[in-house]
Amino acid sequence: MTARDRYQWRRDKDGLGVWEHRGKVAVAGFGHSPVDRRWDEVSMDKTLGAYSILACQKAMDEAGVTPDQIDGVICCDSHIAGGSGGSASQWAPRPYFDPPYDSEWGLTLINARWLIEQMGLANVKFAPTGVPTISEMVGMAAQAVGDGVCSTCLVIYPTGNLEGRYRRGGENADDYARGARQWTAPWGNHGGNDFINMFPHEQYCRRYGGKHDDLAPFVVNQHRNGLLTPWGYNATHNVPQLTVEEYLNSRYILNPLRLWDCDRPVNASTAYLFTTAERARDMKQPPVYVLNHSQHSFRKRSTQEDLDEIEDWTDRAAKRMYEGAGLGPSDVDVFNPYDGYAPMTQFFLEGFQWHGVKRGDAFAFYAGDIRVEGPHPLCSSGGNLGTGRLRTAMYTDSIEQLRGTAGPRQVKVRAETALAAFTTPSSGGWIMFGKHPS
Amino acid sequence: MPKLIPVADDLSKPFWDAVNQRRLVLQHCAACDRLQYPPQQTCQVCNSAAGLTWKEVEGKGHIAAYIVIEDGRLNRRMPDQPYNLAMVTLDADPRVNFYSNLPGTPPYKVPVGATVKVTFEEVAPDQLIHEWRVVA
Repeated sequence: MTARDRYQWRRDKDGLGVWEHRGKVAVAGFGHSPVDRRWDEVSMDKTLGAYSILACQKAMDEAGVTPDQIDGVICCDSHIAGGSGGSASQWAPRPYFDPPYDSEWGLTLINARWLIEQMGLANVKFAPTGVPTISEMVGMAAQAVGDGVCSTCLVIYPTGNLEGRYRRGGENADDYARGARQWTAPWGNHGGNDFINMFPHEQYCRRYGGKHDDLAPFVVNQHRNGLLTPWGYNATHNVPQLTVEEYLNSRYILNPLRLWDCDRPVNASTAYLFTTAERARDMKQPPVYVLNHSQHSFRKRSTQEDLDEIEDWTDRAAKRMYEGAGLGPSDVDVFNPYDGYAPMTQFFLEGFQWHGVKRGDAFAFYAGDIRVEGPHPLCSSGGNLGTGRLRTAMYTDSIEQLRGTAGPRQVKVRAETALAAFTTPSSGGWIMFGKHPS
Repeated sequence: MPKLIPVADDLSKPFWDAVNQRRLVLQHCAACDRLQYPPQQTCQVCNSAAGLTWKEVEGKGHIAAYIVIEDGRLNRRMPDQPYNLAMVTLDADPRVNFYSNLPGTPPYKVPVGATVKVTFEEVAPDQLIHEWRVVA
């Protein structure tokens, strides 16, 4: 096993040209664990570790791959709640359990090493440490397979949630603001994607003449698509369909950000299996080819990103992705941008100009027919808002749409290319999938 | 208002020392002739460390945008909810912005575009923070 931490895999610069492995890497399988609101603290077959193993097994079974064939494992340590998680982020000081749950590993932390040990993956030669989030993990896997660093690679993304209010502990319970937080927390910014986007969103409404509640049809449609996603939280927990009236009457969190603009933290795991296009053709599922991956990490000028910066960044991210894929906005059939807070999706929609949407057009677009049956099936996955905070619905739906196996979510328009992301406007990544390698 | 107390580090100490003297000083890059806030090890534009000095600026700005925090995550700020959180741009360089709770302005009554002036507020003994007040 090698941990190639210095492996230069990112495509995070402008002007890199068409990706050298375009169409030569494919996704051959995926697997989802059940999606629970929280771990119940009793069922050892429902821990974050057990769910991650289950997701891997499902992805391998779907592809028809055996454990001995796996030579790459990419998994981030944890995305349970980060440094501000408090009671919901760590099991200790409660007593641990019998192995393999005799530490935080398997309960709140998962990484490649733990999974390799538990699953007996004997032939892994690529298992990097310090792996970032899912948006970058899929890019890393695509590049590693394309470069020949590994040939059959599992990508696992666990998202955990224990009892306690999400991110109400840790540094958020501190009386002091340390490090970068000295510039934000004294005034009330606890950090996160909500704050990144709310000020630009407020400026957006002023610049283009909309109002926050113009998001209602988009959010309601995300819930509709979520209910059409059989493995998602909403569909498996009989969550009733959100209505426009319920959205408009919901309480504020960061006014004008409403409760239903936020996603629901969950305890779940997802796995994908990346391999070479050549190998994928001999596996059980039709290959879904990777046409490009790209990343970005833009630096804000000052304390708070403004609308001008957000629009510039999303323009540049779109240009990178389209250039690397050799495609343009009119070539993208399925569009699954991130929605983990509703007021940012418009920035991506307009930056990538999907279905011709230009700056300032998003709210009018939301008011049109964006259902999966309609001509503009935006976010056919339902995203985080419709399935829970797994941050993977965008990828799974894109794969299913190109396979033609999305069931009641299957779009009626052409489905030969799909663009997916878990990203903020400032940092993250995109991946372009194709039904065909070129 | 029980605001969180900033903890100065080597980089930010000159800034907070000035705030505690009721002065607003920002990093200035001589090569680029640009102000920079929050402070960084190097100029964000030219990446030079040598050209960075501290420069006192006039505490005048404008409100660019705002939200109202009704259900935030910071324990210490819970009693304050709901409270304004505004983005204030500095007149000396509108690319520089600050957060403000706009003391004296009731929640939801924020005049976007209004002129604001820096003020200083005690958050702990011997520790001030910079705040912004709407100019009548």
